[in-house]
Amino acid sequence: MTVATPSPIVGRGARDGADLFRDWYGDLTQASARGEKAAYAFVMGSMVELLRSFDMNVVFPEINSLQTAVRRVSDEYLSEAEDHGFSPDVCGYVKADYALQLRGGEHPMGRIPQPSVAVLTNACNTYLKWGEIWERMYDVPMITVDVPGTRGAGMKPSARGFERDRLYVEQQLREAIEVLEEVTGRPFDIDRCRDVMRLTNEMNRDWRRVLELNRNSPAVYDAMMDGTVYLGVANALRGTEQGAAYFKDLVEELEYKVEAGIGVLPAVDNGSKREQRLIFVGVPCYPIFRRFSELFSEWGGVFVSSTYTWFASGGLDVNFDYDLERPIESLAEGLLLGVQRAVDAMLFHDTALLEAIDEFDADGVVYHPIKSCRTVSTGLADSRRQVLDNRDVLCLYIESDMMDKRVVSEAQLKNRIDAFFEGLDSRALRRASAAAGGAS
Amino acid sequence: MLYAGGVDVGSTQTKAIVVDEQGQIVGRSLMPTGANVVVIAEQAFKAALDQGEIAEADVGYVIGTGYGRYRVEFGDDQVTEIVCHARGAANMFPRTETVIDMGGQDTKAIRVRPGGDVLDFCMNDKCAAGTGRFLQSAAAALEIELDDLGPTALRGTKPVRISTTCTVFAESEVLSWLGRGRKIEDILLGVHQSIGKRSFGLLKRVGLEGEITFTGGVTRNAAMVAALEELIGRPLNVSEESHYMGALGAALIALERAIGATTGAGEKIAAGEGAA
Repeated sequence: MTVATPSPIVGRGARDGADLFRDWYGDLTQASARGEKAAYAFVMGSMVELLRSFDMNVVFPEINSLQTAVRRVSDEYLSEAEDHGFSPDVCGYVKADYALQLRGGEHPMGRIPQPSVAVLTNACNTYLKWGEIWERMYDVPMITVDVPGTRGAGMKPSARGFERDRLYVEQQLREAIEVLEEVTGRPFDIDRCRDVMRLTNEMNRDWRRVLELNRNSPAVYDAMMDGTVYLGVANALRGTEQGAAYFKDLVEELEYKVEAGIGVLPAVDNGSKREQRLIFVGVPCYPIFRRFSELFSEWGGVFVSSTYTWFASGGLDVNFDYDLERPIESLAEGLLLGVQRAVDAMLFHDTALLEAIDEFDADGVVYHPIKSCRTVSTGLADSRRQVLDNRDVLCLYIESDMMDKRVVSEAQLKNRIDAFFEGLDSRALRRASAAAGGAS
Repeated sequence: MLYAGGVDVGSTQTKAIVVDEQGQIVGRSLMPTGANVVVIAEQAFKAALDQGEIAEADVGYVIGTGYGRYRVEFGDDQVTEIVCHARGAANMFPRTETVIDMGGQDTKAIRVRPGGDVLDFCMNDKCAAGTGRFLQSAAAALEIELDDLGPTALRGTKPVRISTTCTVFAESEVLSWLGRGRKIEDILLGVHQSIGKRSFGLLKRVGLEGEITFTGGVTRNAAMVAALEELIGRPLNVSEESHYMGALGAALIALERAIGATTGAGEKIAAGEGAA
């Protein structure tokens, strides 16, 4: 394949993503300065379409927390929360947010407004206790939507049981709207909600296209490193004109890269040595994020897919578009499907992983259980065994944390990662030898 | 005659092996690692050369392995000890399908193909429980020489139950058993069984397949071998060279590369290699 001269659009997604993110934090800082409050929401089941219908500022505490780790100050926030009695074993995201509240919203990216309401689901069991902290600190309402999990073999929207679950969620959303009307002092505008849902639909379609484009070889982005930037924009700007435009541009960039044969790794490497196509399972190691990525890329490893982009995208990867003719009903269906997808992507991903290995032509799977989140780490050892039993890939199991650098040992990570790639290289040599008729 | 070398710079000890063109060991050395890793790696390699009466100029390729592998500055390349232990074990015991390596700070369970290619591996997490360091802590608490740990433990008849998984806390637990009047041999037997159970758990994670070869410094401890064999229910492959297995594997991989450099082939010399 001929490698064309890179167009200016190559790298645009990373640049624009960083700019949008900075602007978003800038907007939150201004909102805080004006004394405005915000709705606090979570990436899994954010219900952001409802919140934007009321023109509320939306804060994602999970994103705030991970950004303290990326900016290398999470240890200060964690220590402060632990000084107040939190155990080292408690979720690092919760502790960093708690310290942020103690600091009056001070954050390395700006200043975060206080909550006027918390909106959450049961997608993560920690969400409920987290929301209660704000409820006690600020005396603000907490809207909890109970979303039934996948039942049996996975009921499809056409099934009667699914419809019962959808109605259950719909009724809760109608109650949530009443609370939001009370909090904001304004009536719910269903046409405004339709507009937001339409923009989410646009982003939704482009997000699925982004995920799909990495089936090409060479991979056109790294699903862990670049994917985290894309995820940030997808969550923070979901249901906005900016967010929809960003993903439209991103698809254009990535399609160009596919056409031009421009991969993540330098072209010379791609030409001399095939990339090692990997799937990432879990949450990245943010305290040493760039270095963590380099430990793989230095060996020619590229993450072609990541369960993080499945469960932390708020259900954007589900093949579903909101029906604007029946917005509340459809919002309930989207929330149900999105949360089920997120939970299944964390806890029951073995079948989806096998499919992804085939679809993305993966060479290996990297499992990254983290100390401070048992929800996302549960069952990874079983999943690994299932994958090894069913596909001819290598698996790597490495442990660290998404926030707490006290439990991140780069030397130990590197040793395991190096051995994993030595195994992949050895397997590649053996396959090449077999293809050349050299195998016994 | 072409020779190749492997230098395994472990957290506790540094081992060096020199092999000839047939992959036979012609020189070896073992030294405490200490703080000056670069120098100790050089000294260990030189001592192995001296033992085999081999000139350094005749060594075609040297590979560094172990945590200090990047400090083997005179070496040609680095390979992780996971791959090297697998290769060494498969060379010494060609029917090896599983390797358990117990070193100073790491315990590794490794599934291998015939010939020693790594299929899968698991290691202890970021904690030294279940490693040689755990034994060192117990030895320090009981004021016993490391070499006496195994023979003393084998005299035990009523093992205590060591419940902690922390190497540091294990020391206080050992002392608490002493305070309760338990015999040293029973405490040590309990320590060995505790470590054995953790290693057995790692082995189960990669699968207890075929012949199991035990490697690393703790192989010299007969009580540890006995504890593992009892848990696994069958004998382990152990040899006098088990302590050197990482360095041996490194030397064998170095030999392949040295031969490859001279012939352009780089064929594997380990028995059975190449089988899919």
